[in-house]
Amino acid sequence: MTEPTAAAPLSDPANRPPRNQWWDVLDQFRTHRGALIGAIVFIVMVATVLLGPWVWSIDPTYIDIRARNQGPTFAHPLGTDQLGRDMLARMMAGGKVSIAVGFTAMLLSLFLGTLIGLLAGYFKNLDGPLMRFTDLFLALPLLPLLLVMVMLFREALSARFGPETGVFILIVVAIGITSWMQTARIVRGDVLALKEREFVLAARSIGTPSRRMILRHILPNVMSPVMVSATLGIANAIITESALSFLGLGFPPDFPTWGRLLFDAVDYLQQYPSRVIWPGLAISLTVLSVNYMGDGLRDALDPRIRGR
Amino acid sequence: MLDMSDARKLVEIRGLKMHFPIFSGLLRRQSGAVKAVDDVSFTIYEGETLGLVGESGCGKSTCGRAVLRLYDVTEGSIRIDGVEIAQADPAQLRGLRPTMQMVFQDPQASLNPRMTLASIIGEPLDEHTKLGKAEKLNRVYELMDAVGLNRAFAHRYPHEFSGGQRQRIGIARALALQPKFIVCDEPIAALDVSIQAQVVNLLEKLQDEFGLTYLFISHDLSMVRHIADRVAVMYLGKIVETAPREALYAAPAHPYTRALLSAVPEPDPRREARKDRIILKGDVPSPANPPKGCNFCTRCPEVMEICREAEPDTFEVTPGQFVACHLYAQTNSEQTAGQAAATEAHKSIQQGD
Repeated sequence: MTEPTAAAPLSDPANRPPRNQWWDVLDQFRTHRGALIGAIVFIVMVATVLLGPWVWSIDPTYIDIRARNQGPTFAHPLGTDQLGRDMLARMMAGGKVSIAVGFTAMLLSLFLGTLIGLLAGYFKNLDGPLMRFTDLFLALPLLPLLLVMVMLFREALSARFGPETGVFILIVVAIGITSWMQTARIVRGDVLALKEREFVLAARSIGTPSRRMILRHILPNVMSPVMVSATLGIANAIITESALSFLGLGFPPDFPTWGRLLFDAVDYLQQYPSRVIWPGLAISLTVLSVNYMGDGLRDALDPRIRGR
Repeated sequence: MLDMSDARKLVEIRGLKMHFPIFSGLLRRQSGAVKAVDDVSFTIYEGETLGLVGESGCGKSTCGRAVLRLYDVTEGSIRIDGVEIAQADPAQLRGLRPTMQMVFQDPQASLNPRMTLASIIGEPLDEHTKLGKAEKLNRVYELMDAVGLNRAFAHRYPHEFSGGQRQRIGIARALALQPKFIVCDEPIAALDVSIQAQVVNLLEKLQDEFGLTYLFISHDLSMVRHIADRVAVMYLGKIVETAPREALYAAPAHPYTRALLSAVPEPDPRREARKDRIILKGDVPSPANPPKGCNFCTRCPEVMEICREAEPDTFEVTPGQFVACHLYAQTNSEQTAGQAAATEAHKSIQQGD
């Protein structure tokens, strides 16, 4: 074994004989009813969003002005919007973008938050600078900051990666680097407490260097709060993206996302409330199912709860 | 007890100081220091067990940890197996870790709750050896056999074990690298009495088997009497008395040792009733602000004028028994602490039986 230590203990393949510990994790996950339902709902949503357009092949941007503002019919199960575009097709196209943005932005903010929290908590001399840096970000007014970022970088990124990918990258990065602070604070607090535990001292008496100390002993033990902020982060990212789209700073106006559908429909709230309800329901369901999944995953990853 | 005539010094501590700085005020300037360990010297010979006793907060654990360089020591010299480690850098220290290991007080807290038993015991092997997976698992099984754990437990988690079993896991981890010197930091304090005996017997068995040297930190005087060859008594960061076990329990020289020993419960109720307990008054002074002169002068039943002014030197009252107390200054006035330290080795060799 040349690099035997970098793996987290749960994924450590060193101890094989009986069975892989991930099976225990899966078993525990399956006993958590909420998590199971959440996972099923989430998988159904993702499958609909990804595979749906092949079944329901109406172009979400096709304008049929004569069929505008329709209620549910067989031709348009969720009705049409004020320009006669099919709502079901728009929901599926929008869902793809919203879920992708939510997940990627969450991963980015989680990575940043965990990294900064770990470094600040573990290395005493980094604590001051990094936490002041975090405070600085917390004190920044986020919406103006996002606006400035979009203003400055949209053109450049669009030119480099094409308008849609460019905006996607911009939005993910913008949301990611403005939402990691909570995670960083939570992780730092936990690391500070963990650092004083005797098993860390025991590892030091063995001669474990800092890098492996963090990966082997600290990181697996801060997974619970990280998991919670991950699930909350997805919700936040989807909603922030909606807000940006609403302000006209996200994706181009004809490019559907759940947030944009929602805000487009707000003008017609009195006449056609169903147009608000569908994207709202989709956002809520995604967020809720992800929260439950995170809850179950957190329990399943904790060996003290597993098997109970 | 071991024959010490040919014993080698494995651990040699000279003038060890471990001060934790106190920062206060607006600018967080250092305003003082908690003198957890203040000028401690002792020697441990190969194969023996040195018991380190004292009440809570007197710096026993800090001393044990400082000896293994888990803290950056303030001052002093630590030689383990002939290597000076007091100021060694982390990389150098890492290379020396296999010689010295530690068993911790709280078996619950000293095991990572997210690691299986096999990965906990295997961690030192990961760090210091290049064994393959199968070899490593074999070695883990050997260690589990040595401490009396069922091999089937290898893939369980620490929370599934009882306190005594957890302490065995901790001992197996400490043994993994075949160390020469193990610091046992109150390994039995968190256990039931019945389990305490098991663990202590296990430690003794392992000592015979692997020729280990222990620094056994404890506040349980009867247990120390059982396991230790020599005993050092600590009070407020200083060692007040060092003596071979029998000498210390038969004729404690320092007033603090006497008070400590008089507090040991006596199984015979009639003798217990007749025993005159020395009850110390007051609390231990703060190690951040120890009294002037002898550290024990605020509570000593035999306190004299000089105790409040000058720190006592160390005197050898009987061969191998060293006491830091002004009571013995008259009989031994010519002997200074420095000479006492220098002759300690020689005398305790004579003392060995």
